[in-house]
Amino acid sequence: MSEDESLRKKASDTTPPVSISKRQTNRRRVLRTVLLTGGVLGAALSGFLPLVYAQKKRLRPPGALDEKDFLGSCIKCGQCVQVCPVSAIKLADLIDGMGVGTPYIDPRAQACDFSCDAVQCILACPTGSLTYHKPDFLPVRPGAALAAKPILIAKENDPEPTLNMHERIGVARLTRPEACLAIQGKGFKGQTRGPDFKGQLRYMTVDRWKPVKVSSHPYDVAECDLCVRECPVKGAISIETVFAPDGSQRKSPVVHEPCVGCGVCEMVCPVEPTAITIEAGEVWKL
Amino acid sequence: MSALLKRRFVDQIKVLFGAEPTRPKEISPAAQQIHFYKKGNRDLIAEKLHARAHAEHSNKWRNRRWATLIFANLLFTLSFFLDIQILEGALTASRFVGFHLIDLNSALQVMLAHKHIINNLLIGTGTVLILWVLLGGRTFCSWVCPYHLLAEWAEKIHLYLAKKKLVTDQNMDRRLRTVFWIIFALLAVATGYTVFEAISPTGILSRALIYGPGLALLWVLALLFFEVFFSRRAWCRYACPIGLTYGVVGIVSPVRIIYKLDGCFHEGDCRKVCLVPHVLDTVIKGRAVEKEVPIGPDCTRCGLCVDVCPTGSLSFEVKGLSKLA
Repeated sequence: MSEDESLRKKASDTTPPVSISKRQTNRRRVLRTVLLTGGVLGAALSGFLPLVYAQKKRLRPPGALDEKDFLGSCIKCGQCVQVCPVSAIKLADLIDGMGVGTPYIDPRAQACDFSCDAVQCILACPTGSLTYHKPDFLPVRPGAALAAKPILIAKENDPEPTLNMHERIGVARLTRPEACLAIQGKGFKGQTRGPDFKGQLRYMTVDRWKPVKVSSHPYDVAECDLCVRECPVKGAISIETVFAPDGSQRKSPVVHEPCVGCGVCEMVCPVEPTAITIEAGEVWKL
Repeated sequence: MSALLKRRFVDQIKVLFGAEPTRPKEISPAAQQIHFYKKGNRDLIAEKLHARAHAEHSNKWRNRRWATLIFANLLFTLSFFLDIQILEGALTASRFVGFHLIDLNSALQVMLAHKHIINNLLIGTGTVLILWVLLGGRTFCSWVCPYHLLAEWAEKIHLYLAKKKLVTDQNMDRRLRTVFWIIFALLAVATGYTVFEAISPTGILSRALIYGPGLALLWVLALLFFEVFFSRRAWCRYACPIGLTYGVVGIVSPVRIIYKLDGCFHEGDCRKVCLVPHVLDTVIKGRAVEKEVPIGPDCTRCGLCVDVCPTGSLSFEVKGLSKLA
């Protein structure tokens, strides 16, 4: 159709009543428009499904707001991913629905070892999804607040030994005590998680600033205490003597209040599947 | 600006929100004279045929635009991949050598959903707002958005198939985009989630380019599939709220395409290549209200019309700069 024709047609259809074919075309167009509306909205709203059916909570990076506020405020840019020196932070995919593009940590694969010394992911966040100071109108869940700023063992002797964190992102729990080597009184020798494990950790004895592969750092301990010896936070976990129901004494890792939920214990636990896990978003309960 | 152009300016804002362009009720004497002169003018027809025969189709603006788009997105990827830290983040939010940049539509969604605005968010949004006011609003779409480039290629396939009569373009009501914009804004306020961000092909593609591909690309593929086989450029034309947000920014932008009535043969090549042909209604014979008419805010400043115009009747213009020179 040339411009002239279309012009004439446009001019003509303003005066007489709309022709049958034109009306049909219009009706089809309305139908198609409704179809596209339904399709796009359907796709958008299906994003709520994973929230409803979520089986397991994601472990969010340090400083994350509570899950709902976090999902509402995260702009899904991945700047936190870019600053993490051990690449602990990953972005969620389509199966997370509304959470697509939001950052999470899979501590078994790569925990947050605070080798950045300063929770840089919080600093990188442009929207306050990860924040040092929660705005006043957002309540702090009981048990989420840390009694004191966590002391990072790596910089314990520095003028400022603490991390700027006020709430925990989760809590470690010995979920499979029967598998725990410490409880069984066993030692551990070799590479925890095997030679192919890609996870990294900062070992102060190896390099103060550079995290290295966990597989490059084999262990030889008479009694397994890997979760305690690698925990980056002071006083968060220790090996204690506990009494079993039958009255016998055993050694066992015990998690304490300073635990922030970073997941290093879960990453280095040598048994498969791990004996100690992070419960994401969990609070400290006495 | 003449009273006629002011009226047209307002009309073009309505067109941005989905109204169909209408015939102007009044045309300036100067423009009327040109319209009259062009009627049945044999010299003009001869000139037209001559221009047609010698027209050189250039891809100057398209090439510049593609290069810019690819460079911008590559800069994101390389900043992370090579850790050169020039442009960190994704298109939704980033830092350019430390300065916050935040996509206007994503920022809006977050502000509406979270209802709390921190300084960095405000600074980044303000910077980007100023940037795109200066550069032309929907310039973002055609010069930066990675979905735009894929959709442009999908459009080529669509047009090829349409030429072979295998598909026909099923057009839709353009007011739908405004409806989507309102629905997604309301959803963000009501649910507290950034619902649109979950399906934004711009965000999904940008993250895929930087952090690696994921299943979310299936949604982008579905959109492209829809555009190839069903409706030409459907997402950008009828759905994308980002386009509308930047379109509103473009209302006050000095960078625009200007139409000069004098040399135009009214053959409509520009309207055939245009993503938003409703902004080019003024090139239809007898429609231009003045000798020079700026193109409205829904224009993505892609320059395809500038490239295709055989007479140079459409060109880029920065408002005010011509007066300075």
